Amino acid sequence: MKQVPYLLIEGVEKTFTRGGTSNNVLSNINVGIDKGEFVAIIGHSGCGKSTLLNIIAGLTPVTSGGVLLENKEVNAPGPERAVVFQNHSLLPWLTVYDNVRMAVDKVFRGAKSRAERHEWTMHKLDLVHMAHAKDRRPGEISGGMKQRVGIARALAMEPKILLLDEPFGALDALTRAHLQDSVMQIHATLKNTMIMITHDVDEAVLLSDRIIMMTNGPSATIGEILDVTLPRPRKRLELVANPTYIKAREAVLKFLYERHAFVEAA
Amino acid sequence: MSRPALRAVDTAEPVAPAPAPKAEVIALTLKPKSAGLDWLKTRAVAVATAVIPPLLTLAVILLVWEILCAKPGATLPSPSQVWRDASDLILDPFFVNGSQDIGLGWRVLTSLQRVAIGYGLAALVGIAVGTIVGQSTWAMRGLDPIFQVLRTVPPLAWLPISLAAFRDANPSAIFVIFITAIWPILINTSVGIRNIPQDYRNVAAVLRLNQIEFFWKIMLPSAAPYIFTGLRIGVGLAWLAIVAAEMLTGGVGIGFFIWDAWNSSKLSDIIIALVYIGSVGFILDRLIAGLATIVTRGTAAN
Repeated sequence: MKQVPYLLIEGVEKTFTRGGTSNNVLSNINVGIDKGEFVAIIGHSGCGKSTLLNIIAGLTPVTSGGVLLENKEVNAPGPERAVVFQNHSLLPWLTVYDNVRMAVDKVFRGAKSRAERHEWTMHKLDLVHMAHAKDRRPGEISGGMKQRVGIARALAMEPKILLLDEPFGALDALTRAHLQDSVMQIHATLKNTMIMITHDVDEAVLLSDRIIMMTNGPSATIGEILDVTLPRPRKRLELVANPTYIKAREAVLKFLYERHAFVEAA
Repeated sequence: MSRPALRAVDTAEPVAPAPAPKAEVIALTLKPKSAGLDWLKTRAVAVATAVIPPLLTLAVILLVWEILCAKPGATLPSPSQVWRDASDLILDPFFVNGSQDIGLGWRVLTSLQRVAIGYGLAALVGIAVGTIVGQSTWAMRGLDPIFQVLRTVPPLAWLPISLAAFRDANPSAIFVIFITAIWPILINTSVGIRNIPQDYRNVAAVLRLNQIEFFWKIMLPSAAPYIFTGLRIGVGLAWLAIVAAEMLTGGVGIGFFIWDAWNSSKLSDIIIALVYIGSVGFILDRLIAGLATIVTRGTAAN
């Protein structure tokens, strides 16, 4: 029998019940994710991608089934599964530094001295190239910078798994490319396990080892899982003409627009 | 071959960059001067645009008032008459000529003391209860309808019942302040707590903040703009209520002064007292607004 994977999602179902009506969002999700792997979850909007990520984060309880991280059941949120939220979710009354420091203080209180926690905070800000703006408030920095700080805050918790909920969805194409490069660099340096939700095909192929493609809801499930065998480090420009890249891209596009075209799409 | 070239560089180097710093120095000495002048100018313009229009309006109002009340048989004193009758009240707010004959400054301070106690209690209780109502759906269901009814009761309607309960004028007046000021604080706080974005709650959940940490680090700062809106409305209402309450309970405050002046037909004194009340109310409002901008710095920006 195969060894239990690092993160195991088994038979996950999610039904939201409001009033008398119930809405089955996710049905029969089964997947295992290995340590250090970068997995993208892609699907049309409304297919339950974010719900799945929230279930892994522990923010949303499952209806049935379960999530196991290192063979322990996940049933509450915690810093070992840090989330980079779609809209950064920085606290606007704290400076960039304090936003990260708050997470560091909470997770490493007792484990690290004051000076060590300061070091750690600055190191994470350096990692996302935001140390220069440490005293600015979120309202004073650009959207891309906010998302960088959000990533720094999540990394500062030293998570076992980093969950990214469409982190670059609201950014312009150039900023997004910069941040994708940063995420690739961080993944190469820290060898984190990362799960990223996206609706951008290029982003999914560029960043991930595997792409989980979701069918449309209601009762969405995993339609296909595509292995992206491109060697790392990957360079955006070199990949443009790479046959493996083109093939992977084509496979995802075909899945999304031929077999599971979003009928309600406006 | 290389030597002349080197020498050329050597000689060229000290000469070439010299003009650059010179120019910079000139620019530097000039800049602050003109910047300082510019700053003074813009400040002056800003102050003028803020001060001149209300002063002009005030002058027009006083002029119209003077014309209307100058003719014999006018029921109200004209501004010049007010000045002749009661200029001592303006010029010396802190005289003491006996237990009931004291300057308006003292009277205002007495009223302010009552407001401070009543309003302080209202702020404490209002924020505490507002937090509970905002956090707990059941507390909201149970308490909100009752609060919505109670808050429409006019301040003075509470006075007889508080007089009956406390059997003393001073605590009754303080209670009226309390019960008047608490509703906007309480209701705004609960709305602020209810409007904490789910994102912040998620952040707190991922960080596993406990209840106390959540209260201090997320709840209070996030709801602060709402709380301060409530505090600002509350201080205005408290100041409105104290004058009315003091008219009925007597004692030393500015409200009783007006009632006393009316009973002895000193209309000029009443007008001066109105100016005092208006100015103090304005200052109180500005104080809370200033405090709000300091405390909620950054929060409202996003």
